[in-house]
Amino acid sequence: MNLAYQIAKTHLISKPKQTIVAMLGVTFGIAMFITMVGLMTGLNNFTEELTMTSTPDIRIYHDITEPRQSILEETNQGKGLLVVHHQKPKSETPKIRNAFQIASLLQQDPMVLGAAPLLSSQVFYNYGPVQLNGTIAGVDIMEEDKLFDLRHKIKTGQLEDLLVSQDGIIMGTGLARKLNAQTGDRVVITTPEGYTMTLKIVGTFQMGLGAIDNVKAYANISTVQKILQKDQNYVTDINIKLKDINAAKPKAAELQRLFRYKAEDWETANATFLTGSIIRNILTYSVSITLLIVAGFGIYNILNMTIYNKMKDIAILKATGFAAADVRNIFLIQSLVIGLIGSVLGLVIGFGLSYLVSQVPFNGGDFISIDTLPVNFDPKYYIIGIVFGLVTTAFAGYLPSRNAGKVDPIEIIRGQ
Amino acid sequence: METVLRTTNLNKYFYEPQPFQVLKDINLEVRKGEFLSLVGKSGCGKSTLLYLISTMDTDYEGTLEMNNTLLTGKKQNELARFRNEHIGFVFQFHFLLPEFTVLQNVMIPALKLGRYKPQEVEERAYEKLKILDVHEHATKPASKLSGGQQQRVAIARALINDPSIIMGDEPTGNLDSYNAQVVFDIFRQLTREFGQTIITVTHDPEFAANSDRIVEMSDGRIISSHPALIS
Ligand SMILES: Nc1ncnc2c1ncn2[C@@H]1O[C@H](COP(=O)(O)OP(=O)(O)OP(=O)(O)O)[C@@H](O)[C@H]1O
Ligand SMILES: [Mg+2]
Repeated sequence: MNLAYQIAKTHLISKPKQTIVAMLGVTFGIAMFITMVGLMTGLNNFTEELTMTSTPDIRIYHDITEPRQSILEETNQGKGLLVVHHQKPKSETPKIRNAFQIASLLQQDPMVLGAAPLLSSQVFYNYGPVQLNGTIAGVDIMEEDKLFDLRHKIKTGQLEDLLVSQDGIIMGTGLARKLNAQTGDRVVITTPEGYTMTLKIVGTFQMGLGAIDNVKAYANISTVQKILQKDQNYVTDINIKLKDINAAKPKAAELQRLFRYKAEDWETANATFLTGSIIRNILTYSVSITLLIVAGFGIYNILNMTIYNKMKDIAILKATGFAAADVRNIFLIQSLVIGLIGSVLGLVIGFGLSYLVSQVPFNGGDFISIDTLPVNFDPKYYIIGIVFGLVTTAFAGYLPSRNAGKVDPIEIIRGQ
Repeated sequence: METVLRTTNLNKYFYEPQPFQVLKDINLEVRKGEFLSLVGKSGCGKSTLLYLISTMDTDYEGTLEMNNTLLTGKKQNELARFRNEHIGFVFQFHFLLPEFTVLQNVMIPALKLGRYKPQEVEERAYEKLKILDVHEHATKPASKLSGGQQQRVAIARALINDPSIIMGDEPTGNLDSYNAQVVFDIFRQLTREFGQTIITVTHDPEFAANSDRIVEMSDGRIISSHPALIS
């Protein structure tokens, strides 16, 4: 094997141009893969993280829009053909009964990290003559902090300020900017039902996601109950954070059975977002694989040409005692060396490109608050890249190398 | 004396461009330490016979035995191993690996055999080159040597594994009389002192006359086999 390697090395070095061209094919493929995968998964992870920080693992709520059996069907079960057109939901309150008991029960569950009761309301923020659409979420701010790490997203003020304030809110920075309001200012809100109230901004927060920062404010549960003019037990949602996010799906089904309220896991809630990231992954891999296949064909061609030019050498080697496998190894090693060096070079260039991309200023606008593109430098993809490169070159090199091993020396020697 | 090579009823055909029998009932027996010359007109089948007995060409009828091993019917890879260890071959057209240095060309069959460490192989290869007086070109690429120099390197390569049989297809064809004499003396010494066997095709009557035995071919047959005049 060592001898085969020495011979392979001499062959590679004696034809530097050919070797470099073959290598660059692989390098280009791998570099593209690394850059694309870095950017794509970087974006995926970034948005996923943002979404995850704003969606609970499981959300329990009273789904009053769930399709239900009509009275007709209930009373005439299985008798003849029953048709009920356009049935509407029953007028029910979205209230969860015993929400606080359920929440404290959940808080004792060993799988649960935190469970926060919540009720939220649509409101209009009055900004002079203009009314801005938004929501107010009534929460137990300390429990909410356990779920979404609010403490680190507070820009001004403090979480505790909310606890001691009767009519305080912590407002999204985007919304505050739109209202031209600062901590300490008062804003007037109006509910869709027409109830008007003055609230005091005790702090601002930034999640980094426009969809939240531009519309949302946190308040105490009692404040929102007052806004909605509901009783002290009125709560519409329970948000749950689990210790293991991957357990969300089965746990949601279990909770739904247990409490007989709708329990929705984060995967279902973010289905569209997850599909997007799957499509981005498919794109990345198909482009990279295409590039690598092209590089593979390049290696295949160059190796075939090399072998054709080296027929005489192969004949001599076999005449002096090299077996088919020895000759095959010589050429297989050449393609693997091309693959290895090409891939490593590809990783380095890919890393460089990724780094450049990560430095380019990028304005996320109102949608997401970032200054540069998020790029993923996960070593996992670098390992995948090099394995990709080696496997492709091994495949591309195998056939020509095997044929080289099968060359009959006497044909060539006699042909001279 | 011990027999190192025996062929029985070797027949060989070529089918292209038209069917044609090149070798006809070749029965040859060569003893250990013999220096044998194969002579005959151009095109009578000398090279073809040499390719058969060197085990490179396996497409024939009859049997071939060497060192009491039946080689007919063996697999290509086994034959490659056998050649590596027991046969040294000097081609009619000196075949060297052009990208490798002269020294590397000589070393490669020995490195393949793996009987000696690379360091020793290098020393031995240099020795052989010295015997053939091409050692000062040891580090040059093989393609940068003259025809006669290349032929001497090819001879050095054939000797490197101390094979029991050395076969040459006009090994002195490109050499001046001085170097031809050097090669002859080496062959002579190898047979006398080390018991190695030499089979060479030659068109040089003097070279043949000085060997031990002359086998003459004509039209694919062995027509005579007799001790050389001088010995
Ligand atoms: N590959 C081949 N296909 C068909 N016929 C061949 C082939 N190789 C050689 N021959 C024929 O076989 C015969 C013997 O060829 P060979 O090379 O053995 O001759 P030779 O005795 O070595 O001649 P020379 O002294 O010129 O080297 C010749 O008539 C040649 O034309
Ligand atoms: Mg010939």
